[in-house]
Amino acid sequence: SRELFVLTYGALVAQLCKDYEKDEDVNTCLDRMGYGIGVRLIDDFLARSAVRKCRSYSETAGMIAQVAFKMYLGVTPSVSCSSAAGNEFSLILDKNPLVDFVEELPAERASLCYCNLLCGVIRGALEMVHLAAEVTFLQDRLKGDAVTEIGITFLRKAEDRKHKRN
Amino acid sequence: MADEALFLLLHNEMVAGLYRAAEQGEGENGRCTTKLESMGFRVGQGLIERFTKDTARFKDELDIMKFVCKDFWTTVFKKQIDNLRTNHQGIYVLQDNKFRLLTQMSAGKQYLEHAPKYLAFTCGLIRGGLSNLGIKSIVTAEVSSMPACK
Repeated sequence: SRELFVLTYGALVAQLCKDYEKDEDVNTCLDRMGYGIGVRLIDDFLARSAVRKCRSYSETAGMIAQVAFKMYLGVTPSVSCSSAAGNEFSLILDKNPLVDFVEELPAERASLCYCNLLCGVIRGALEMVHLAAEVTFLQDRLKGDAVTEIGITFLRKAEDRKHKRN
Repeated sequence: MADEALFLLLHNEMVAGLYRAAEQGEGENGRCTTKLESMGFRVGQGLIERFTKDTARFKDELDIMKFVCKDFWTTVFKKQIDNLRTNHQGIYVLQDNKFRLLTQMSAGKQYLEHAPKYLAFTCGLIRGGLSNLGIKSIVTAEVSSMPACK
């Protein structure tokens, strides 16, 4: 049940906050754990969804938003491309199930990225399909923004520079 | 269900992450188990509240244990406890022959020494659930051959 996952995640973040004083350390830790989860989750995802190979960055971003998020978290963020080169995308979540039981961040943890695990998961999963990317939170509802926005920037692989991008 | 995979992976990462941090720091394994158990405790308290919102009051301890074995376990691990034994004096043994968190690890005696780490969270889960139902308890786990555990 999803509640178990959400509650466990909350307990984990609380424990990490106790262990580490600095927000950046907690964020890094969450990101690293997310990465570990992502590299394994991609197998589970591909086995369950049996999707065909994505042929462009925008197809990949769409796949993450519409299929993966829906499968694991039950929400479908909207995708938009935010750069002319076609390698930066943002996923906009107006409902984030991970924060179902969280009202607000405590005052001394103002720069905590509560859902940083998600960034690590996406990054790890993409790396396993040979797509290097940087994933960060651009906006976060817990910090007062209107929506939660995750930015994915696909980094060019070395050999891509030889070919012209379509 | 997809959620299961997510929780399994998160749990494994948590165990690995905590132990990794401990190795770099003090190297005290006991504290990691305590941390995992206390995390499970918090989660157990919250979960049991949500599950028992609409159920009737429990008649006695045995009733509560049966609830844990059937409904609680099913919701969390998608199966029921295989065997419940008691000495009617406060000691209950719950046996699960295919414990979800261990099935992916091994099917026999390999890696037996690592099993307790993965059970700490679940022990805390049970303890938290029982504590919110008004029962103070001590929960321990024993693994003789994966993936069964008591």
